[in-house]
Amino acid sequence: MKGLSIGLAVLIAIVFVLSLLAGRVWLSPAEIFSGHDALAALIVTDIRLPRSVLALLVGGALGLSGAVLQGLTRNPLAEPGLLGVSTGAALGAVTAIYFSITTISGVAGPLLGMAGALGACALTFGLGQGGGTIALVLAGAAVSSLTAAGIALALNFAPNPYAAYEIMNWLLGSLADKSWTQVWLILPFIVIGGAALATTGRALDALSLGEAQAQSLGIDLTRLRIAAIAGTALAVGAATSVTGAIGFIGLVAPHLARPFVGHQPSRILLPATLGGALLLLIADIAAREIHLGPELKLGVFTSLVGTPFFFWLVVRLKRTSP
Amino acid sequence: MSVLVADRIGVARGNRAILQDVSLTAGPGDFIAVIGPNGAGKSTLLSALAGLIVPATGDVSLDGIALNRIARRELARKRAYLPQNPVCEWPLSTERLVALGLTAHLPALGPLPPAFDGAIAEALADHDLMDRKDQPVTTLSGGEFSRAMLARALVARPDIVIVDEPVTGLDPVHAFSAMARLAAWTAKGKTVIASLHDLTLAARYAGRILALKQGRVAGEGTLTAGLIRNVFGVEAEVRGAGANVKVDFLLP
Repeated sequence: MKGLSIGLAVLIAIVFVLSLLAGRVWLSPAEIFSGHDALAALIVTDIRLPRSVLALLVGGALGLSGAVLQGLTRNPLAEPGLLGVSTGAALGAVTAIYFSITTISGVAGPLLGMAGALGACALTFGLGQGGGTIALVLAGAAVSSLTAAGIALALNFAPNPYAAYEIMNWLLGSLADKSWTQVWLILPFIVIGGAALATTGRALDALSLGEAQAQSLGIDLTRLRIAAIAGTALAVGAATSVTGAIGFIGLVAPHLARPFVGHQPSRILLPATLGGALLLLIADIAAREIHLGPELKLGVFTSLVGTPFFFWLVVRLKRTSP
Repeated sequence: MSVLVADRIGVARGNRAILQDVSLTAGPGDFIAVIGPNGAGKSTLLSALAGLIVPATGDVSLDGIALNRIARRELARKRAYLPQNPVCEWPLSTERLVALGLTAHLPALGPLPPAFDGAIAEALADHDLMDRKDQPVTTLSGGEFSRAMLARALVARPDIVIVDEPVTGLDPVHAFSAMARLAAWTAKGKTVIASLHDLTLAARYAGRILALKQGRVAGEGTLTAGLIRNVFGVEAEVRGAGANVKVDFLLP
């Protein structure tokens, strides 16, 4: 596990430097580090650095929560969207755009987004509590549908084409035009949420044996569910509220890590976090470098690249299950 | 060593009573077989004894303290529980599966401390799993898998082992060896409570029988033809004694 995590960290460092150089204007390392080129320095510190840091934070949050949710539900198809967190955050942020609250303050969108994620989580947990994991997943599906309906409603009754365009744009997911403000805004929530998620390892291991055995091994299942859900709400809710919906990172990252660590849930957490950060950073560079007229949105790109993986998972699941 | 006492416990699901007035005392060296027809409440009784469900009436206590007042982790260090048809949802290696039995002894974070390597190796060796230790448990045969689960239950050396139908689905040789392992465990002063459908195995290995019928205790002690008739409603013949006892059902 150590080797895998160190390898991922080294890769992240390399790709991170690359992400500072890549963009509409390619910079050479000399231009950045010489300090003579004021414009280059400005591009790096004010545009590319916050964008790359945001990619790491958001990707890490998605990867970690995906790993925890897959362990919690023991369902390899689980991801943050499963519990309604992503769409809940989306509904919150869309509400802010719809009622033009975003014009009052730039942080209104993110704050409402987090509130939406927490609200969706509370509803999922309230509905699914006491019914085991299946009830929790079903409750998540119900809440996802409800919040998706809310978003569709906002689009339907958008006050003007500009608001509809803004909502659409945001739903596609992007890291473009982000500043340090957004980084500092979501950092505390991602750190606190990530810490809550990181404590679940031992309980997730025991849960491999099913709920009865995990409980008999001294695991408090209610506490585990609260840590997993609240951690996901904070980390993914904060991330989604700033970047919009970015799919498949939370699904793919844990899967890539799993075979390397003997499938043990606790040992997947760190590599899935690093893998999620790396994947999103690479995806963002690719989205920046692919020029097809208008900007290719990051969320669209991850979905396009991630969906075949989903197909492959389903096909493999069908083949391996009796 | 610990003593587990159930005092007139009752469990209900909706309006239906699953268990009523069941009492049991299990001390060091006891091997108790819980028998009874399907739906008699055996699994519910074992869950209650393990502290996984809290009885509506009466209480279960360990060394005089009610189970629901003992911290989960502390309880987990003293008793192990294996449900009927245990599962492992990820293809963990056999060694890692067995190590999960140590969960209540591990620190909250970090890798498995090397101090536990000996206990894990011993549990693997005791259950003839040394050559399977790196193999994913999903590729083990049924017999190997249930041995791995038993090793998982015993690796932390709990005082009390509660197992729900440990030999269901095992061939006769594996069933005998699983029972012999549990009996050997009681010889070390530990307590084993197991539900069993195979009455011959129950009579041979368990020191005491607890027979349940429709949620109530229908008999306790040694297995006799009268007890079988009372609990299962069929005629049976109990022949021999000790390690050679044999139960034959007589068809009408």
